[in-house]
Amino acid sequence: MSLSSPFDSVLPHYVLHLADNALVLGHRNSEWTGHGPILEQDIALANIALDLVGQARYLYQYAAKLAGNELTEDSLAYGRDAWDFRNCLLVEQANGDWGKTILRQFLFSAWQLSFYDRLRESRDSELAAIAEKSYKEVIYHLRWSSEWVIRLGDGTEESHNRMEKALDQLWKFTGELFVPAEYERSLGTTGVAVDVEALRTPWEKKVGEVFAEAQLAWPHAAGGVAGADARRDAAGAAKSAWAQTGGKDGRHTEELGYLLAEMQFLQRAYPGCEW
Amino acid sequence: MLSVVDLGIIREVREDGRDVEIVLTPTYSGCPAMDVIRMTIRMELLEHGYKNVKLTTVLSPAWTTDWMSERGKEKLTAYGIAPPLPSQQVSRPDLFGRGQAIECPHCHSYHTSLISEFGSTACKALYRCEDCKEPFDYFKCH
Repeated sequence: MSLSSPFDSVLPHYVLHLADNALVLGHRNSEWTGHGPILEQDIALANIALDLVGQARYLYQYAAKLAGNELTEDSLAYGRDAWDFRNCLLVEQANGDWGKTILRQFLFSAWQLSFYDRLRESRDSELAAIAEKSYKEVIYHLRWSSEWVIRLGDGTEESHNRMEKALDQLWKFTGELFVPAEYERSLGTTGVAVDVEALRTPWEKKVGEVFAEAQLAWPHAAGGVAGADARRDAAGAAKSAWAQTGGKDGRHTEELGYLLAEMQFLQRAYPGCEW
Repeated sequence: MLSVVDLGIIREVREDGRDVEIVLTPTYSGCPAMDVIRMTIRMELLEHGYKNVKLTTVLSPAWTTDWMSERGKEKLTAYGIAPPLPSQQVSRPDLFGRGQAIECPHCHSYHTSLISEFGSTACKALYRCEDCKEPFDYFKCH
């Protein structure tokens, strides 16, 4: 299914980007259901998954309404291939261990809270309403994941090392959260979309506070170049500034294909199946 | 039994002869009970002689536990679920549940502790009473 044809305006692309973020992370979290380290945390992550999939549903319903043709929330979620998905690369990254899953949630929730906070002021009343609802849910996600980042980062040597490793794997995907895609730039002056570049400062502040308590070094300083401070700072800054992008334009990492293969299998094999 | 009206998710009822419109709002975006609730409301109204039943979902203003009726909170306590505190207490960024004292619905002690912020459903958290040792659900304020 090609998406460029049914949509004759920019807004649906933006709505789909937001929906895909929520669905893909929701699905990733749901992969833990029945496999969490302890029952209460298994349930917690399943609840977060449920919130995210719920948010995705409202956004897909709105995108389908904007398209005004035969598209539905289900066809948008289950009928598109990877290159039509517009989610950020961060949310599609494989779960890894519990620490990586937690860190991914924390990095994204810290962004999503600021994002929804601003989207509540959108001139598009549907997006504002969805944001108002979702904002309250993300407060819980952020608090829960912040606590776990601290618990693991400032925990045992083993848990700390795993968090550092997770940070190393995920950090390069965080920059994309603040780089506007073409559809965001073109909505920029309308008061409909959020200026994602403006979210970087509050995000770095929030993440920095939690990292400090979690005894995790800000990746700036982890440049890893021996020698003069100036050189190290330059290398650190370069590493921090470099961002892997593409997801918001449909150029994804290999991970997304595997996720879609599992998530979409039933509807691909038995289109329209209900039970 | 807690009704959908007690829960505060019914926002408006518009009646015109045998036509009726119910405006409702979800507790949480992903609440899996919403489809069942909508279907049950529809069946109930059709059984009561309404001809056209329209169900409209609204998201704004977002549902808050402040809309739960006092009667609803009493029913929750009687069932063994701690009712929500007033919502001034929500949205606190404090970590590790600092400063929260939830009353045990069994023995009424405030000597309780949080086990998990997410309980058996999205709208509840899991607590334990340190006095009577019973675990209980807390309908968290939202």
